[in-house]
Amino acid sequence: MHPWGKWGRDFTEYGMVAARAALADAGIAWTDVQYVAGADTIRNGYPGFVAGATFAQKLGWSGVRISSSYAACASGAQALDSARAQILAGLCDVALVIGADTTPKGFFAPVGGGDRKSDPDWQRFHVLGATNPVYFALFARRRMDLYGATAEDFAQVKVKNAKHGLHNPNARFKREYTAEDVVNSPVVSDPLRLLDICATSDGAAAMIVCSMEYARRHLGSTNGLCRVKAVGTVTPVYPQSMLELPDIASDSTAVIPAPVRSYKDSIAWSAYEQAGMGPEDIDLAEVYDLSTALELDWYEHIGLCAHGEAEQLLRSGATTIGGRVPVNPSGGLACFGEAIPAQAISQVCELVWQIRGQAVGRQVEGARVGITANQGLFGHGSSVIVAR
Amino acid sequence: MTTLSPSSVPAITRKPIVEGWFTMDEAAPSLIGCRCPSCGTFVFPPRSGDCPSPWCESETLEQTLLSRTGRIWSYTENCYAPPLPYVAAEPYEPYALAAVQLEAEGMIVLGKVPSGILASDLHVGMEMQLELDISHRDDEHEYIVYVWAPAGGAK
Repeated sequence: MHPWGKWGRDFTEYGMVAARAALADAGIAWTDVQYVAGADTIRNGYPGFVAGATFAQKLGWSGVRISSSYAACASGAQALDSARAQILAGLCDVALVIGADTTPKGFFAPVGGGDRKSDPDWQRFHVLGATNPVYFALFARRRMDLYGATAEDFAQVKVKNAKHGLHNPNARFKREYTAEDVVNSPVVSDPLRLLDICATSDGAAAMIVCSMEYARRHLGSTNGLCRVKAVGTVTPVYPQSMLELPDIASDSTAVIPAPVRSYKDSIAWSAYEQAGMGPEDIDLAEVYDLSTALELDWYEHIGLCAHGEAEQLLRSGATTIGGRVPVNPSGGLACFGEAIPAQAISQVCELVWQIRGQAVGRQVEGARVGITANQGLFGHGSSVIVAR
Repeated sequence: MTTLSPSSVPAITRKPIVEGWFTMDEAAPSLIGCRCPSCGTFVFPPRSGDCPSPWCESETLEQTLLSRTGRIWSYTENCYAPPLPYVAAEPYEPYALAAVQLEAEGMIVLGKVPSGILASDLHVGMEMQLELDISHRDDEHEYIVYVWAPAGGAK
């Protein structure tokens, strides 16, 4: 990885640092790589839309085959999915998965200029001023109303994640916060405050994935290696009955009832089915805490507890390092901020370091199986399960 | 002393902020949605083309007016000005947004709340009705947007 921060430099600079680190970690040369799966950034011009080619050229054209994926916040997992499918199909043995971003300051706004009256992403800003934190806030308010969540509960998510990420060399924000700091920070989108909402960051993450056969040949054994047990990248099933980014209205449940499993539940469920595992197998999780309240939603969507019980799980200490199933031991988006195409890859990197026992200063003891979860705009979401 | 003739005063006309999403009926405006003539499912914002249901093969949608009242599913307040293409008032005034559940349509529709009514005035389950409000102005137009207002005018 390249540490997360805010420098405004060319995104490929960060990506190259991450790529070199991944190659060194795997002990292979760039020219050994047979496939590059790039996760795109849409805020950095043409090179960002063809991330696979951009990094292949930066590392030196080698004739390597490439793909470039955009799936909003799930882009990195989509890139991993693409590399994994190539390997499982026997089309290649070893691949580089990479994502890097440079982000503008402040609220994310629609990409590209001009009036795009038929683009839902343009419409929600123009007609309503519905920023991303507006949607985070709607879900936060639901938790308060349905389950009795308090501003203090949300603040405790930030307190926990800030403590987790304190010694993470790749984190951008490395300082402790008290619940008072959070509840005294300015309200951005009621009920969420500045310290409840993640920042936007520059950063890069990369990893090498290969077939079991390649690992055996290259390392002599597969002992101690982490396996990608599942990559869930399902889309919603009609009707999507929740109001999700960037939609102005939900689908209609008037004649077709909502599916039994909501979209965000289905993301992790698809990964569990693929891996032949369940929530009871999970030792740690990295979930998308775009806001503190959304981390609580994810506890339920990935099955760590029943719907409505996330606050109780948080208060019990179960999701803190040392607890039953630590969540966001990396520090999460609270400590990183969001670097969109790199974020889902960085979640998987954290699972790998945790399972290898290399997460200095934030190690989850006995970590063997981990899960990631995230959701992006336009029906994208991902969940990856990694196990020793 | 000069006198302005009526023709030299530019007329400010009222214009919807987005075409075709709501009627401009001041007293009782409605959202304009779509309904599938085959399976009966609803769509908002309105559009042409295929039914969104994967089990329905209808290639057309028909316009329909949506319920004018519903209950708050969730709500928030923008304490800072959203970025362009939102045209924010200067100086900026915080405003609330409400996601309102329409029972007959089985849909949640997000809308602004009239200026002056903030998050502290709202609660989940509160009954809201559709009204029109001024979004912003330029030299020629007043841009009108639909809003969810507390039903019966109660705060």
